[in-house]
Amino acid sequence: MAKQIVKMTLNGQQIEQLVDSRTLLVHFLREQMSLTGAHIGCETSHCGACTVDIDGESVKACTHLAVQCDGSDVKTVEGLAEAGALHAVQEAFYEEHGLQCGFCTPGMLMRSYRFLQENPNPTEDEIRLGLSGNLCRCTGYQNIVKAVQSAAIKLQQKESATA
Amino acid sequence: MIPPSFEYHRPSTVDEAVGLLSSLGSEAKILAGGHSLLPMMKLRFAQPEHLVDINRIPELKGVRVIGDDIVIGAMTSENSVIADPVLNEKVPLLPEAAKLIADPQVRNRGTIGGDIAHGDPANDHPALALACDAVMTIAGPNGTRQVPASEFFLGTYWTALEESDILTQITVKAFPSGAGYSYKKLKRKTGDWATAACAVVIALSGGTVSHIRITLTNLGPTALRANEAESILMGQQVSDALIRQAAEKAMEICDPAEDLRGDAEYKTAMAGQMVQRAIHDALSKAS
Amino acid sequence: MNAPVKTPEERKADLQGMGDSRLRKEDARFIQGKGQYCDDIKLPGMLHMDIVRSPVAHGRIKRINKEEALAIPGVHAVLTADDLKPLNLHWMPTLAGDVAAVLADEKVHFQMQEVAIVIADDRYIAADAIEAVEVEYEELPVVIDPYAALEPDAPVLREDLQGKTEGAHGPRDHHNHIFTWEAGDRTAADAAFDHAPVTVSQHMYYPRVHPCPLETCGCVASFDPIKGELTTWMTSQAPHVVRTVVSMLSGVPESKVRIISPDIGGGFGNKVGIYPGYVCAIVASIVLGRPVKWSEDRVENISSTAFARDYHMDGHLAATEDGKILGLKVDVIADHGAFDACADPTKFPAGLFHICSGSYDIPAAHCSVKGVYTNKAPGGVAYRCSFRVTEAVYLIERMVDVLAQKLNMDKAEIRRKNFIRKEQFPYTSAFGFEYDSGDYHTALEKVLDAVDYKALRVEQEQKRADPNCPTLMGIGLVTFTEVVGAGPSKTCDILGVGMFDSCEIRIHPTGSAIARMGTITQGQGHQTTYAQIIASELGIPSEVIQVEEGDTSTAPYGLGTYGSRSTPVAGAAIAMAARKIHAKAKKIAAHLLEVSEADLDWEVDRFKVRGNDEQFKTMADIAFAAYQQPPEGLEPGLEAVHYYDPPNFTYPFGIYLCVVDIDKGTGESSIRRFYALDDCGTRINPMIIDGQIHGGLTEGFAVAMGQQMPFDEQGNLLGNTLMDYFLPTAVETPTWETDYTVTPSPHHPIGAKGVAESPHVGSIPTFTSAVVDAFAHLGVTHIDMPHTSYRIWKKLKEEGVQL
Repeated sequence: MAKQIVKMTLNGQQIEQLVDSRTLLVHFLREQMSLTGAHIGCETSHCGACTVDIDGESVKACTHLAVQCDGSDVKTVEGLAEAGALHAVQEAFYEEHGLQCGFCTPGMLMRSYRFLQENPNPTEDEIRLGLSGNLCRCTGYQNIVKAVQSAAIKLQQKESATA
Repeated sequence: MIPPSFEYHRPSTVDEAVGLLSSLGSEAKILAGGHSLLPMMKLRFAQPEHLVDINRIPELKGVRVIGDDIVIGAMTSENSVIADPVLNEKVPLLPEAAKLIADPQVRNRGTIGGDIAHGDPANDHPALALACDAVMTIAGPNGTRQVPASEFFLGTYWTALEESDILTQITVKAFPSGAGYSYKKLKRKTGDWATAACAVVIALSGGTVSHIRITLTNLGPTALRANEAESILMGQQVSDALIRQAAEKAMEICDPAEDLRGDAEYKTAMAGQMVQRAIHDALSKAS
Repeated sequence: MNAPVKTPEERKADLQGMGDSRLRKEDARFIQGKGQYCDDIKLPGMLHMDIVRSPVAHGRIKRINKEEALAIPGVHAVLTADDLKPLNLHWMPTLAGDVAAVLADEKVHFQMQEVAIVIADDRYIAADAIEAVEVEYEELPVVIDPYAALEPDAPVLREDLQGKTEGAHGPRDHHNHIFTWEAGDRTAADAAFDHAPVTVSQHMYYPRVHPCPLETCGCVASFDPIKGELTTWMTSQAPHVVRTVVSMLSGVPESKVRIISPDIGGGFGNKVGIYPGYVCAIVASIVLGRPVKWSEDRVENISSTAFARDYHMDGHLAATEDGKILGLKVDVIADHGAFDACADPTKFPAGLFHICSGSYDIPAAHCSVKGVYTNKAPGGVAYRCSFRVTEAVYLIERMVDVLAQKLNMDKAEIRRKNFIRKEQFPYTSAFGFEYDSGDYHTALEKVLDAVDYKALRVEQEQKRADPNCPTLMGIGLVTFTEVVGAGPSKTCDILGVGMFDSCEIRIHPTGSAIARMGTITQGQGHQTTYAQIIASELGIPSEVIQVEEGDTSTAPYGLGTYGSRSTPVAGAAIAMAARKIHAKAKKIAAHLLEVSEADLDWEVDRFKVRGNDEQFKTMADIAFAAYQQPPEGLEPGLEAVHYYDPPNFTYPFGIYLCVVDIDKGTGESSIRRFYALDDCGTRINPMIIDGQIHGGLTEGFAVAMGQQMPFDEQGNLLGNTLMDYFLPTAVETPTWETDYTVTPSPHHPIGAKGVAESPHVGSIPTFTSAVVDAFAHLGVTHIDMPHTSYRIWKKLKEEGVQL
C-alpha cells in the first residue's frame, strides 16, 4: 500500500511526514518522530499511558491513526514545558511525589494538563473521574490527586497574576 | 497490537462516503471514533481492506433543533453529548448516561452514532435511544430513510443498517416537562461495559405515572425495552411494592450472556436492582 | 566574606539526608518524557522480533511451516526449537532447578507458550509475519486443576522428565509432582493438636494473579560481531544474575557480556526471571549480527510471564479454650504451571512460606508444600510477595480470625493474647526464623485508638440489628510480620550465587560523589534514598551524590531488587562502604588538623577537634586533600566498595484495619476506611515510604477485590486483557491513611528493614478479613478471593441476605 503524506503541527512545529495508513499515532510519535514520552502499556485502549493532546482534546494515541492527524495540532509531553520552564502540572507532580516508575507519567501529565483546562477548580472526586482513563500501578493515585490539586492552584494563581 | 494493512479513505460528504462504501463493498468498514474498530483490528479480530473515515464530514456532527425535533449528528462525540446545552435541558438522560460510558479520553473520540451502529448489546446508547423513542436517519445507496429505535436493533451485531449504509442522525423529542430520568449502570470498574444497566424516563401527572420508559443494556442479544414492566407503573401511583413488581417483570425478559462479569442468574438479579434504583433515582428528579 | 554560620541542625537539613522527605532526584527526566525504557531504545540497524505462540494448552507440534512468513518482504529469519537445538538453547535452566522450553520442543505445555520467533525490519512486518507462520498441533488432554494433576491416571505433562524420580528439591512420587518441601516439627505439632481442647481448620485458595506492571517485558539485544561483545538492554530486576546466566548459556565470556537495566516501568517481581523472549532476541542478534528488539504486548505479558500465588492451603490451629495458640499445621498444594520457573532462593522451593507462624508465639508448628505441574504458564513467585510471604501471612491471619470466631473472641483480643512480646525479641520461631525486633502491642493499640475500634464495633452491632440497613458492615484487622532482605548467603542463593549485595562509592576532589549498587530501582526511588543514606553517613548533600544502578559493566555485583531486599541488603552495603570512607577521612582529617584521631568528633558534615569549634575539616575539605598528598600509608583518592552478606533477614511489621460496607442488593463493596500502620525500622524518606505504601495497598486492593486468571477446561486463559484483568482506576481506589512506629533492626547498620512489599502482603488478608467479618454474624468463617460483586452476591444469596 502506498504511503500517505500527513501534515500537522507537532509541539508547535509544522511537520510533514510519510506514513502508512495503518501506522498508529503512538508509533509515529515514538519511532518516526523520536518522541518516546508517550508509552504503550496495553493494546486495548485501557491504560492511557499513550495519552496526548489533539486539537484541544485528550486522546489515546494508540487508538488513533497518524493519518487522522492531518491538519491537526498535536501536543505531547515533550511540548509541555515552554522556553525551558516546566508547566505547572510538571512542577506539581514533582513536588507532590506524583510519580514513581514514571511510565504512566507522560499520559497523566497530558491528561492533567487538558483536564485542568476543562475544569480549573475541580473537587477530588472530579479529579479521580477526570483521570479515570489513566492507569497507574505504583502510586495508588493518592499523590497524583494531590499533584493535580496543587497544579490547579498554581494555574489559578498564574491566571490572577496575569489578569 | 498492530493492525493489518488497509487502504484509507477520507470523504468530505455523506454522499461521497456512501458512494465509497457502495463501490468498496463488504471489505470496507466505517472509521468513526475508532475505539471499537481499531482495538479489534489491533487484536486482528477484524481485518477490513478499506477504512472509510467519516470524521471530517461536518454535517454529521452537532446538535440542532428543528421545530420539535432535536437532531443529533451521528458523529457527535460522547463528550459533546455531555456538554451540549440543548440535550442537558431537553433530553438530560443522554448527557447523564454518556458520563458513564468508557473514560474521558475515549469519550472525546467515541460517538453516539458509532455506539449505536455497532449493534453491540453491551453498548449504552441503544437502550438510551429506546428510552428516548429515538428515530434513526440512515443514508444509503438508494437514498435516506428513517427507522425508529424500536425497529433498529435486530440482534447481536445486527441492526437495520445494510451494507453501504451510514447512520447520519439520531432524532429525539424533548422530555415531557417535569420528567425524571436516570441511567443506573452496574460495572466492575470505570470504563467497563455494563454488567447490567437500566434507563428510565418517568413523568407524573396528578400523582400518577403519565409517561414511562424502562430499557435495559447488556441483558439480551440487543438492548431491551421492558414493556410489561412499564405497564405495571403506567397510570398508577408509584409505590415501593409497585417498583419491585416492575423490576420482577423486567427481569423476566432478561437473557444475558454469561461471561467473566457473571452468570445469567446474577446478571438478571442485577437487572432487577438497576431497574429499582433507576426508577427511584428518576422519581427523585421528577417534578 | 563572612557567611552566616549555620547551626548543626541547619547543616543537617542542608544535607537532605536520612529522615528528610526530600523530593526525588530522578523525576526531572520522567516529567519531561525523557525516561529511557527498553522500548525507547533505537540502535542503527536494529531489527524487531515477535513471537508465534501456541493457541492450545497441551499438544504435540506436528508441523511448522515458515515459508509464507519468510516470503514477506522485510522478514529476515523465522526460528524454531530445531534452530536452537544445535546451540543447546531450546531448553534453559530455571531459577528453581527445573528446565523450561525456550521455544516449544515438539510439545506445547500452556496456552501462549512460545513456539517460533520472527525477525523483521520493523514491528509491523513482524506482526504480519507471525500470523503467516503455520503451526499444526495435535491436541492432548489438558490438566488445569493441580488436584486432578496428581490423580494416578492424570495425563503426563512433562515427558522430558519421564522416569526422573529425583527433582531438584527431593523425590518425585508422581509424573506431575515437582517437590514436597517441609519446615517445622511435625511430631511436635501433632502432639500439640492431640492435646488441644480446641482445634480449627480452614481450606483457602489464594488465586493465581499477575503483577501486570504498566511497562511490559522486553529487551534490545545487540551482539557486536567484530568485538565479540554482547550488550543487552533488558527489563530486568536482576541484571548481574542475568549476565552470569547469559554467559553460561551463550558461551560468551561474562567479561564480554553487558546487561543494562535502563529505566523500568514497574517490576513487582514480573521482571526477575529470564524469559524465552530475552534468550531468543540474544540468539537472533548473535546469529544476524545486528541489534534485535523484543517488546511484548499486554496479552503476552499476562498470559506467559511470571504469575503469582496459586496456592491451595489447608490451615489448622490448636488452642486453649481461652484462645492461646498451641500449634499450627499447614498443608499446601502449589500450582506452578508447566515449568517450575519460580524465582525463589535455591534452597526454598516454597520461598519463605514458613514465616506463616506470623506475629504469634506459637510453640509447635509444621508446614508442607507440594509443588505440582499443570498446563498453565510457569512461575509462582512474583507480585510484591517477598517469596510467598503474601501466602503465608494470608494463611495465618485468616486462621487467627477463624479461631477467634470459633471462640467468640474479638479479633484484636486474640491477637494481643498471642503476639510475640516486645521483650521476647530477638525471637526464634518454631520454623527457625530469628525475628530481629518488633513491638506489636504498641502498634496495635495505636491503630485501634486512631480508628476508635470500639465505636466501629458498636456501629456494626447497630447495623446488624437494623433490618432496613442496606449494607453489611465488616471490620478487617491484620497484624502481620513480614520477612524480607534475602539474604544470608549460608541459606540464600540464586543459582549458587549468594544473596549479598554491594555498593561502591567514590568521592570526587570537589566534594561531590558517585555511587553504584548491585540493585536496580523500578520506581522505588533508589537514586534519592541511597543518596540520602550516604549524605547522612558522610556529610555530603544528597543533591550532589550521583547514584547509578543497572549497568553490569560498571555496577558492583548484586542480586537485584525484589522481595524488598534493597534497603536491607544494598542499604547496608551503602552504609558499610560509607563507613570505610569515613574511617579513611578521619585519618586524613587528623593529619590535616595535626591531631590524633582520638581527638576528633564527627558532627554532621565535619570532623571537629574536641573542645575547639574553630578547628574542623569538612568532608569537602578532606575530599580535595585526598587527591593532593595523602598522609603516609594511605593511597590517594577517597572511595570504597563493600559487599554485604546480611547476617539475617529483616522483619518489618504492620497493623492494618479496614472498614467495608457491602451493598446487600448488588454485593458491591465500598472500602469506607483503610488504616495502615507500618514499622519498617529506620525511615529514610517518609514521602517515598508513603508513596510505596499507597502503591502496595492499591495493588493489594486489586488482588483482593477483583483480580483473577480464570482458565476453562481446555486451558484457555480467559480475561487476559485489561478489559477483564482488574487494574483499578483512580475512581475505584480508596484513600489510604498511613501511620507508623519505628522499631529499628538491631543487626542492620542503619536499622532499616525495607517496606515496599509490606502493604501488599498485609492489605490482601485485611480486605478478606473485612468482607468475611461482614458475614460473620451469619456463621461465615471464610470467603475466597476475589471479592467481586458477583462472588459476594452469590454469598449473600447463599446466606439468605436480602436488601
